[in-house]
Amino acid sequence: MGLGLTAAFRACIFGLYHSIFIYMPQIQIPSPLRQYSGKQASVDVPGNTVGEALSGLVSRHPDLKRHLYTDDGKLRAFVNVYVNDEDMRYLQKEATALKDGDTISIVPSIAGGCCLGSDRSRKG
Amino acid sequence: MLKLSQSDYLSLRQHGEETYPHECCGVLLGRFDDNDGDATTKSVMRVARCGNTRVDSPQNRYHIDPRELIRLQREGREHGEDIVGFYHSHPDHPAQWSPTDLAEAHWFGCSYVITSVDRGAAATTNSFELTGGDEADKKLLQEKIEVS
Repeated sequence: MGLGLTAAFRACIFGLYHSIFIYMPQIQIPSPLRQYSGKQASVDVPGNTVGEALSGLVSRHPDLKRHLYTDDGKLRAFVNVYVNDEDMRYLQKEATALKDGDTISIVPSIAGGCCLGSDRSRKG
Repeated sequence: MLKLSQSDYLSLRQHGEETYPHECCGVLLGRFDDNDGDATTKSVMRVARCGNTRVDSPQNRYHIDPRELIRLQREGREHGEDIVGFYHSHPDHPAQWSPTDLAEAHWFGCSYVITSVDRGAAATTNSFELTGGDEADKKLLQEKIEVS
């Protein structure tokens, strides 16, 4: 009986803690990925770290997962994730702590170029 | 299909002339219109010039700082615009996508506009839409440019 009450008390405290201290960052979805996020340009998900927020995003929209992560669960190299205006790779990566009002932006890279050195011969 | 105004069309071509012999790059902001089969029609409302961060090889590579993209996305939302495409130049090289262009293209449904710049003068401008379901089967397919 005593143990049951203790467990219930702990569960209550745990729930209260999460309801108070779990933030709801907004994740900005780039246009090519919106077909996998219910056409939403932004999604609010709970999470106290970038990793938690991204996990929440792909849990809610599972079709996004293969576009963001490799088969072995690593974020794809061309997927940039910014917390406000900071690249998470230069923060604490997916362990980066979030605070109230933070915005996470998913930004696939934009790059390219005309040719390799040997491709120059294709001019015409 | 990619629709853009005469002034925006000239602006992106002129950008390639200004940065010659280096590659220029920029973002096309606008809206996605109705789908025509697998292809997407995009109407450009604004062309935003960006800096090329590939200072190590600017004559044959380009890269746009993601922070510029975030800023443009933020500005675009305030005006009801989306990022619908990108442009860059090929100095002294045809206006055709290269293996590097395809490998580095990740914005499905968006346009990738390429202008060849021959000896400093803008020549051909082509647009390609990135199609496919994922990275494994992506393709850059040429699309019509409608200038009005």
